[in-house]
Amino acid sequence: MGLLSGSSLSLKLCRWVSVNMPLNRNLSGLKCSFFLHFGLKKASEALPGATHGWKLKRQLIFLWIVSVIVAFAMLLSSFSGKSWVVKTPPFNEEKVEILLKHFNVSKEQINSLASLFETEQVSSLTCNIQYGHQMSLSPIKNCAVKMISSMSDIEKWHDFVTENNKLDNLMCPVHDDNISQNLDLSVLKDGCSFISWCTSSASSDHECSVQLEVFKDMLSRWPLVRGTRYHCEWLLVDIIKICWWVLIGMVLSWKLRTLPEELWGNQKQHLVQQKPLDQRPKLLQKLRQPLTACSSKSAGKWRKKLLVIFVLAGIFGSIWLFLYLNEDITLRRKEMLASMCDERARMLQDQFNVSMNHVHALAILVSTFYHELEPLALDQKTFEEYTEKTAFERPLTSGVAYALRVLHLMRERFEEQQGWTIKKMETEDQTLSQDLVPENLDPSPVQEEYAPVIFTQKTVSHIVSIDMMSGKEDRENILRARASGKGVLTSPFKLLKSNHLGVVLTFAVYNTHLPPDATQMQRINATVGYLGASYDVPSLVEKLLHQLASKQTIIVNVYDSTNKSAPINMYGKDGMDTGLLHISNLDFGDPARKHEMHCRFKEKPPIPWTATTASVGVLVITLLLGHIFHAAINRIAKVEHDYQEMMVLKHRAEAADVAKSQFLATVSHEIRTPMNGVLGMLQMLMDTNLDENQWDYAKTAHESGKDLIALINEVLDQAKIESGRLELEAVRFNLRADLDKVLSLLAGKSLEKEIELAVYVSDEVPEVVIGDPGRFGQIITNLVGNSIKFTKDKDKGHIFVSVHLADEVNSFLDARDEVLRQSLILAQDGTNAPFNTLSGFPVVDRWKSWESFTKLSAKAEDAEKIKLLVTVEDTGEGIPFDAQGRIFMPFMQADSSTSRTHGGTGIGLSISKHLVDLMGGEIGFVSEPGTGSTFSFTVTFRKAENICMGMHWQQCDQAVSEFRGLKALVIDQKNIRAEVTRYHLKRLGMSVDIKSTVDSACSYISSCASTSASERLAMVLIDKDSWANEAYIAVSCVLKDLRSRGSMSNLGTISTSDILLLATSTNPAELAELKSIGVVNHVLTKPIRLSDLITCIQEVTGSGRDRQVARGKQPMLGNLLRDKQILVVDDHVVNRRVAEAALKKYGAIVTCVDNGKAALEQLDPPHQFHACFMDLQMPLMDGYEATRRIRDLEYKYNRQTNSCELSTQILSMVAQWHTPILAMTADVIQATNEECMKWGMDGYASKPFEEGQLYSAVARFFECADGKWV
Amino acid sequence: MEVGQLQKSFVDYTASLFREGFLDGQFSQLQQLQDESNPDFVVEVVSLFFEDSDKLLNDLTRALDQQNIDFKKVDAHVHQLKGSSSSIGAQRVKNACVAFRNFCEEQNVEACLRCLHQVKQEYLLVKSKLETLFTLEQQIITAGGAIPMME
Repeated sequence: MGLLSGSSLSLKLCRWVSVNMPLNRNLSGLKCSFFLHFGLKKASEALPGATHGWKLKRQLIFLWIVSVIVAFAMLLSSFSGKSWVVKTPPFNEEKVEILLKHFNVSKEQINSLASLFETEQVSSLTCNIQYGHQMSLSPIKNCAVKMISSMSDIEKWHDFVTENNKLDNLMCPVHDDNISQNLDLSVLKDGCSFISWCTSSASSDHECSVQLEVFKDMLSRWPLVRGTRYHCEWLLVDIIKICWWVLIGMVLSWKLRTLPEELWGNQKQHLVQQKPLDQRPKLLQKLRQPLTACSSKSAGKWRKKLLVIFVLAGIFGSIWLFLYLNEDITLRRKEMLASMCDERARMLQDQFNVSMNHVHALAILVSTFYHELEPLALDQKTFEEYTEKTAFERPLTSGVAYALRVLHLMRERFEEQQGWTIKKMETEDQTLSQDLVPENLDPSPVQEEYAPVIFTQKTVSHIVSIDMMSGKEDRENILRARASGKGVLTSPFKLLKSNHLGVVLTFAVYNTHLPPDATQMQRINATVGYLGASYDVPSLVEKLLHQLASKQTIIVNVYDSTNKSAPINMYGKDGMDTGLLHISNLDFGDPARKHEMHCRFKEKPPIPWTATTASVGVLVITLLLGHIFHAAINRIAKVEHDYQEMMVLKHRAEAADVAKSQFLATVSHEIRTPMNGVLGMLQMLMDTNLDENQWDYAKTAHESGKDLIALINEVLDQAKIESGRLELEAVRFNLRADLDKVLSLLAGKSLEKEIELAVYVSDEVPEVVIGDPGRFGQIITNLVGNSIKFTKDKDKGHIFVSVHLADEVNSFLDARDEVLRQSLILAQDGTNAPFNTLSGFPVVDRWKSWESFTKLSAKAEDAEKIKLLVTVEDTGEGIPFDAQGRIFMPFMQADSSTSRTHGGTGIGLSISKHLVDLMGGEIGFVSEPGTGSTFSFTVTFRKAENICMGMHWQQCDQAVSEFRGLKALVIDQKNIRAEVTRYHLKRLGMSVDIKSTVDSACSYISSCASTSASERLAMVLIDKDSWANEAYIAVSCVLKDLRSRGSMSNLGTISTSDILLLATSTNPAELAELKSIGVVNHVLTKPIRLSDLITCIQEVTGSGRDRQVARGKQPMLGNLLRDKQILVVDDHVVNRRVAEAALKKYGAIVTCVDNGKAALEQLDPPHQFHACFMDLQMPLMDGYEATRRIRDLEYKYNRQTNSCELSTQILSMVAQWHTPILAMTADVIQATNEECMKWGMDGYASKPFEEGQLYSAVARFFECADGKWV
Repeated sequence: MEVGQLQKSFVDYTASLFREGFLDGQFSQLQQLQDESNPDFVVEVVSLFFEDSDKLLNDLTRALDQQNIDFKKVDAHVHQLKGSSSSIGAQRVKNACVAFRNFCEEQNVEACLRCLHQVKQEYLLVKSKLETLFTLEQQIITAGGAIPMME
């Protein structure tokens, strides 16, 4: 049996482990997720996201916290779950053991009963012998069957002996107990049926034991099943808890995330509000700043409050956790105690009942064999023997005795019969009578009746002949027993002899069969004797507790609580109070007596470590987090404070910047005024009669002054751009002519450095566009100027300016433009040894410079607009890579040493960039130190519908007509350079052929001359680079040959071709030499400019009629203003007179009025005036107001004409009335100018009329407006 | 006096006027505007200037004498004076006017009065100078000479 239980234990252990396995796995999974979280965190921390890094980090921290909390909760719950599982098996184990013990007991019982019957061989026994026989044959099997049957149907066994019935009941409590523990009945039943099947088929002990083992296994499996179920429930709870935590975490994180965002958002709003106000007085900003500071402060307070709340919540949470867990533990403890106590009580009760039943049975035995049989079948010896043998059945009784009821009448006869006198119990020293000898006792006094003991068990043989009625307790007991017919108990008293506290159970023995509903009197009369059994309660309980495990843990006290106020302690010491107490009622079958069992734990409840650690853990985590958050909040506060400071500093800096710009503007303006004086005086000085040297000095001074003015203008531009006050003009201009102009200014410098400067404009680019030529030129000047500056002396590089349409670059696959195509080829070839560039020096890949342009590829949304791409390529020293990033920053040069080497302010590029931005373009560059740089920019111009030739163009026009149709040959190795030359010649209407080598050129010349006369070769242009030693000889030979042939063939009309040499360097001696030889007719210095070309060609071809075109501006202005009706409005008679005289001088017809109102009358359309010069400050109505009104009138008139369709004549003449109004003002500052524009004026003229300025102001209106002013 | 001498002194005088800053380029422009069609242009303009300025200066003096000075009005007057003086090229008057206007903006009465005094002085100075110049001119013309053009 021991082996069996051992094996089952090991089995159970296995199960337990297997149950715990998933738990462990769960734990490890948890850890995994934990690490995963960490990993995630790290990974995302590694992510570069500086801008929203903080936000991300904050979220991550929250995630981490939530995960920590969840993990913690899971850990806790799993712990408690585990502890539950751990604790369940012992109970069931106990039960099984008890069951087994009971089983054994009952088996022994039956065994002894059988042996009794066999030895005595009493035939009148109603018991089924056959059955007994069967039992003896295979008792174990029978027992098993019995057990099973007791579980399945108890009724079947009711017919059987009542004693057995009682025995069966022994099983039932166990069964019931199981049911009460929610035992899965089906499992048991299955097991039962299985066993019944087994028992019916098997007969040997061994097999039976095997079956039992199976059954036990099934039983033991139950707790596991239940355990797993509990475990599952716990898991469910866990999951729910986790969900809750996650939910709370999410809500929390969301809250905390949105909160600062709101705050930040507020701040941002403030900032946004602040931004437009930047221009406003600083007072406003200063007012606003405390506001933002305030909001941030409140945010900080919020955070602190939140932190306090969080910490408090954490503390309360930990306390709650502790209480919760503690409560759980105490509850479980209580439950355990209750169950243990109940169990013990029940066991005790059962045991007691069993032995009571046996006593009862004994009583029946006595009545059967002693009273009903004649002769008596029972004597002291038999009784003693029997009781001795069946003592195991009543393990709890110290002894049984039978007392006969003897009435006083029968006393003497009885005494005679027995041979001894009835003795009385010594009540005085009942408790002390240790060695009680019946002979020493006094005979009983005369009583009505006696109950002398006649039979006793050997253990209590000393009480034979003692009158039980004489003992107070016994007497009561006897009286009650015979009246009730049931077993009754005495209150606990010290037993005779053993001196243990005990109770005596008494059954009455009746001589007749009494009906169940017999009255008391009937019972009393029928009583013949009494069977008593003394129970030694302490040993009873002791024995019982020995059977149960974990008896060390609890203290059991049994009380007789019949008297509620003073319960008598029957067992157990009054230990110290350990808190928990459980009371279970005991029913010993005597309704008159009440017993209670008090259980308490032996030891005080241990300190709940789980709860403590958990709550302390939570507390620590909370405090840690609190600390972290506190640090973080402090940090945030610090950062915010810093931010505020920075903002203040930023505002100060911005204010300083604005102040700087204003200062610059003011100072520049202030400098300009005296500078104008200087320049004017110099100009005047130069107009006087000066000798060569003086003139030269004056000129130099003038030039320097101009440079200074230019510089100041640049600074002013920058200031204006920075304050956003720069506005662009929109006038028609000839792009090519303008480029020529710009480059001619720079040509001097480039020649000094012997840098080849070339310009090329694609054919696709229209002649005339509308835009701001000045600013456009400024950009190019800046870029080219830089290029010149950064190309070393004698480097002999080149600077190449090319203009294309942006669309051309877009579709570079079918680049029609030769130059573009070549550069593309160059770019694709990479570093080819002979560089096919302008000067043969390597250049950077220009395509890269506009790679980053976003708007380049975008289709022009407006058909009116054209986008130009301008590229400036140089072979300078390039920009160092580290400086390329800040190249467009103002006052920032590639190297601080640059300014020392090259001078300059370093704002040229910055201005260029701003200008390009203003023109709706982009600027980019590519640069390689040592190779050179290429700057590209795009600008957007409007298309000019009708081509309108400027003054400048007229001269060219003439030339164009002159040279149209001429044919030229360009000999140049370098394709691009040849293309550039061709471009210039083409502008003159000439057709050009290109030959790259002298030889091919020679053959071409000869073939040309021979084939057609009409296609005469007017000139040959040879680049100096191609001018190798023998080249010119070859060409000149051919030409000379041609010349001679031409004269010979008498084709006088065909003038011989001339040779022009294109040269970069202007070494006069060399050139003169070449000229003198007579090989070349003329040397053309690069860069080629149209005007130079024209004069040169004119000179060469002889068509130049030595036109000394009077280039003075006066006649031009005269032309411009001649016969124009001009209204002068000025209140001041002197000014009026002067203006009148000045304008009259230029041939204008001047009308004067002295105030704005008069002007209004004059200018009410239709009128004859072509323009109006208006003073600004006038009484009655100032210039602005007058202009506004005039514009109103014009607007009204225009609308009227449009709607009413006035005479077509008028319509054809003037599409729209818009009289140019020019302000006359003494102070020409930007503000006034802009004011003028705002009020609808078209321009301004500074008051003392200065010729040039007046011209430029007027020219804009009269130059191109031919259609209007016919 | 001999014409040549007169002419020389005229030129010298004019040069001195320019040198001393009484006149500027504007005056020479005025002189350039004078031609056959408009023989007395300079004199005409200058006398217009004198008339106007006398009136303005009177107005100014009155305006500044007032208890509550209307600085706007004063400013307008000074502006006019400045405009006309710059028109004829009376540079020093113009400069004085510029300073005057600045003080006007500041509403500095004391300084304004000082400026007014200065402007008056400058005006009288340039007036006398110009009158001398015109007398010289007249003398040249009566002597039958041509007025030499300033380069």
